[in-house]
Amino acid sequence: MKLSNLLVLATDRQADRIVPPTGYTVRLTLFTAASLAFLAVFALALSLATSRVATQWSDALARSSTIRISAPQDQMAAQVAAVESILQTTPGISEFRVLSNEEQAALLEPWLGAGIPIDALPVPALIEVIEAGDGFAAEGLRLRLEAEAPDAVLDDHTRWRQPLVEAAGGLRLLGLLSLLLIGCATAAMITLAAQAALAANKQVIEVLRLVGARDSYIAGAFMRRFTNRAALGATVGAAAGVIAITLLPGTRTSESFLTDLSFEGLGWITPIFVPPVVAVLALLATRHAAARVLKGLP
Amino acid sequence: MIELDNVAYSYGNGPALLSDVSLKLAPGSFHFLTGPSGAGKTTLLKLCYKDLQPTLGHVRFFGVDGPELSRDAVASLRLKIGVVHQDCQFLDHLSVAENIALPLTVSGRPISASDLDDLLGWVGLSDQAMQYPQELSGGERQRAALARAVMTAPDIILADEPTGNVDWDMSLRLLSLLVELNKMGKTVLIATHDLSLIRASKSQVSTRVLRITGGRLTLAGADL
Repeated sequence: MKLSNLLVLATDRQADRIVPPTGYTVRLTLFTAASLAFLAVFALALSLATSRVATQWSDALARSSTIRISAPQDQMAAQVAAVESILQTTPGISEFRVLSNEEQAALLEPWLGAGIPIDALPVPALIEVIEAGDGFAAEGLRLRLEAEAPDAVLDDHTRWRQPLVEAAGGLRLLGLLSLLLIGCATAAMITLAAQAALAANKQVIEVLRLVGARDSYIAGAFMRRFTNRAALGATVGAAAGVIAITLLPGTRTSESFLTDLSFEGLGWITPIFVPPVVAVLALLATRHAAARVLKGLP
Repeated sequence: MIELDNVAYSYGNGPALLSDVSLKLAPGSFHFLTGPSGAGKTTLLKLCYKDLQPTLGHVRFFGVDGPELSRDAVASLRLKIGVVHQDCQFLDHLSVAENIALPLTVSGRPISASDLDDLLGWVGLSDQAMQYPQELSGGERQRAALARAVMTAPDIILADEPTGNVDWDMSLRLLSLLVELNKMGKTVLIATHDLSLIRASKSQVSTRVLRITGGRLTLAGADL
């Protein structure tokens, strides 16, 4: 943006008085800016929440793997020991542990109910593997397992992690798209309001041209009026949006992000940028509308 | 100062309202422009302050051809040409004083309170300075319009039917103000269909009377 566009916002009380102070466009601009800023805060929160969840899912799932050993009971202990031996010598693994019967029972509880006789069921042994650094080479580990523990299967979660991460990424994109659409709607509505105000004040503009006002002076007066109104409306709308978000119930779990739209950390700063962005959109929209109207005057 | 050279003008695709009009407004001259209603007096005045572009011919402003002037240059030009419209054209949300000072406000020039007071006193509107245009009588509005037209000390005053909505006494008062401006060296062009006003001016100032008939501009004879 050119510096002259910003300089035009400098207060000029005399020039500001040339634009009649009343009109329905005042209320229209304030209401539009406030409403869209309110929605923008929610879109921001959605975008940041999905981004947060995508990162959490991606990080958490990418760093853990599971080895399932479905060996006959008489070979189970030997294959578990073989797998443990392989894991101890595999680079890129920080820790691993065999899940206890109690932990396996807890995993099955949602499907089979409490008090499962885990010893009586042909349940495979499960080993949780946590990666270190850049992680391990999954294909190499699979080949070693196949050779030394043929009933062991490595599940690095790729199959079901990827769709979840993609879904979260899609939601993040949706949030950004919402912000973009809200920005476009803001610009369109303020352009319409500015055009209506300019049309309603056509006689004022004609008089100003006749007494020697330059286009930049006339456009500047309207740009200041609409930018200030839009900034005021957006401030009120953004503040209301932040208050509404703080009042939403939050569960603080990654799986239930749709009910946890609150901001976190530096995310709380982002709504502060909504009013300035709306003001800049209003400035550009009014400048465009004023240029079109003034071009038609001698 | 303003020179029209074989100018023609028509609105849209209609017939020519003005044809082959040539006119030179010399510094310090006083012109009346007369003719029946609809003859093209206002159109000619609009050509003189570049509110209209001629269909044919050239209009030169202070030696510069009209089309060569940028939009900013036109704005500057209008600070050198004071215009008094028949309907005055005020900003109704501003006071009389603010309307009179408008040319200075929009051009970013400083407004001297004493100069503004003097000007208000000159047109007899000192007591109406803080009123709004809609609170003024017809004569007061015309005087306020005249005050606004001379606020920037322009070289040329163009007045379109300045006495159209006022009584005879007020007409004479406005005429005397315009004559006073001419004696200060300003070029004056008044468009009017009021021949008695032209006759009344003859004892006060040397004038040139132009008549528009059939779209042509001619010098009026002794029949006035």
